Amino acid sequence: MSELMTHAPVLAVLIPLLGAPLCALTRGTTIPWFFTTILSALSFYVSLQLLFHVSANGPVSYELGGWAPPWGIEYVADPLSCFVMLVISGISTGVLLYAKESIAAEVSSSRLGLFFAAYLLALAGMMGITVTGDAFNIFVFMEIMSLSSYVLIAMGEKNDRRALTAAFQYLVIGTIGATFILIGVGFLYLMTGTLNIADIANQFDSISETRPARAAVGFLVVGIAIKLAMFPFHIWLPNAYSYAPNIVTAFFAGTATKVSVYLLIRFIFTIFGVDFSFGTLPLTELLLPLGVIAFLSMSLVAIFQNNLKRLLAFSSVAQLGYMTVGIALASETGLTASILHIFNHAIVKTGLFLSVGAMFFVTGSIYLKDLAGIGQRMPMTSFSFVLGGLALIGVPLTPGFISKWYLLQAVLERGDMIGYGLAVGMLISSLFAVIYVWRIVELAYFKPSPEGAPSGDAPYSLLLPIWLFILVSFYFGIETSLSAGFAEQAAKFLMGAP
Amino acid sequence: MFFDHFNYWVFVILLMIGLYTVISRSNLVKKMIGLSMFQIAVFLFYITIGKVEGGTAPILLDKPDVVYSNPLPHVLILTAIVVGVATTALGLSLIARIKETFGTIDEEEILEQEDKS
Repeated sequence: MSELMTHAPVLAVLIPLLGAPLCALTRGTTIPWFFTTILSALSFYVSLQLLFHVSANGPVSYELGGWAPPWGIEYVADPLSCFVMLVISGISTGVLLYAKESIAAEVSSSRLGLFFAAYLLALAGMMGITVTGDAFNIFVFMEIMSLSSYVLIAMGEKNDRRALTAAFQYLVIGTIGATFILIGVGFLYLMTGTLNIADIANQFDSISETRPARAAVGFLVVGIAIKLAMFPFHIWLPNAYSYAPNIVTAFFAGTATKVSVYLLIRFIFTIFGVDFSFGTLPLTELLLPLGVIAFLSMSLVAIFQNNLKRLLAFSSVAQLGYMTVGIALASETGLTASILHIFNHAIVKTGLFLSVGAMFFVTGSIYLKDLAGIGQRMPMTSFSFVLGGLALIGVPLTPGFISKWYLLQAVLERGDMIGYGLAVGMLISSLFAVIYVWRIVELAYFKPSPEGAPSGDAPYSLLLPIWLFILVSFYFGIETSLSAGFAEQAAKFLMGAP
Repeated sequence: MFFDHFNYWVFVILLMIGLYTVISRSNLVKKMIGLSMFQIAVFLFYITIGKVEGGTAPILLDKPDVVYSNPLPHVLILTAIVVGVATTALGLSLIARIKETFGTIDEEEILEQEDKS
């Protein structure tokens, strides 16, 4: 491991964090974007190297400032955190490749320096949450991520003033969620006297029977569920995603909620432990119904949307339901399915939102009535959307199929009526997905364009990144050994860890 | 019972007042006030868990058998206070922009306008 790579865990966070204030000083349309893309790509490169290193040699621990844990803050790169870091920085870099023209049309150029500074801060926050081994650090990074995401969402006001109220609503709900997490961390500190995650995990068995520890679990799970947009806390997500600038929606759809899924996995499996979470506490009975209601009801709601971004946002909540179910099954297969779905859904949903962004770039609308006949007007963009939609349904050869297949195996593994019921539920939800994707296909290819509608496909600078996401997603739908391999490794690590 | 854990009771009461204000008020500024109270209650909780009975301020003294309070939660909550101030500032500036574009800071009136558009 080279000299630079010994600092990889902290570099992945520091690069965007230190770049943000510099970026805020830049002006113009090209320089802030270029600078941000380079930094994000560097962060992606570091995470990639880190993942290969960890996958071969086991977890890496980094002591910030040379203070040994549990006193100092420790950054831990284990199979799960490396995998999620790779997803976050990869999605961010891909979105940035697309961003230049798209964002220049949506945010005034005098604000672009600040916009990209907020973007980098959000990236730094997500990377920080994932890599840190310190419970309080999680809260700090989460607030860095959240505060910058409120700003980024509010930037959509130029197109739709409802972005402001959506950002405010998210701010109120997000702050309540983060404060719940803060209370939970406080209770854990109260009982263990340490903030280091590994240290808390070691002591957790001895305190698990006490009331503050139970309260901590409650506050943490609810707090994370709010941030995760788990049903019934999803209310902020459709608004925030609908009115944010397109690249912000694409970026967050792939990353922000996935970070919360990561946190839920981290707390349930690493800190509380499987036996306590699912044996002593009824977390399966709690999370499973919520996940099922999420994917059934939200897929159904998505059918009736007339705003394309809102439709995809509801579908995101449904997909988060699948991930919740994977976690709630408390088995290695279920966890693998959940982690794999983080990866697959991130790529697919980002690709879909980018393709919607391209439609908006040309037509200036994301409402279905204005997009009639879009298949003839923008063939390349529409076709990418259809392919992404197939992945959302879970058609074979798409990554959506792979993660649903894993999840199906996990629910059938239970071998009881609940397992079969879940399988039927997943099937119904997939049928709903067929309907909402078909609605768009029908509209795009079998309806005449409105008169005087702008036509002509999106420029190549937008099309290439979209197709990059779609092709990469198909690659991982066919060649699964890499993605599924890392997900399995991470799940094994989590289930095997004491 | 109540006076044994006086600070903790105050924490819970403040927390609930804050949360109730957030939920029940339709005026956005009042919502922000409630949110601030909600966060401040947690500050009180952290400060309380750092207190050791009979402990003095955690400044190293040259005497044996001195009991110190735990300074770490206080340091942690400094960070959380900064986060709270940032949240309030951002929330209020969003409200200012909402007032400029919608001409009102009442949630129900804003919703009415949104439904029309």
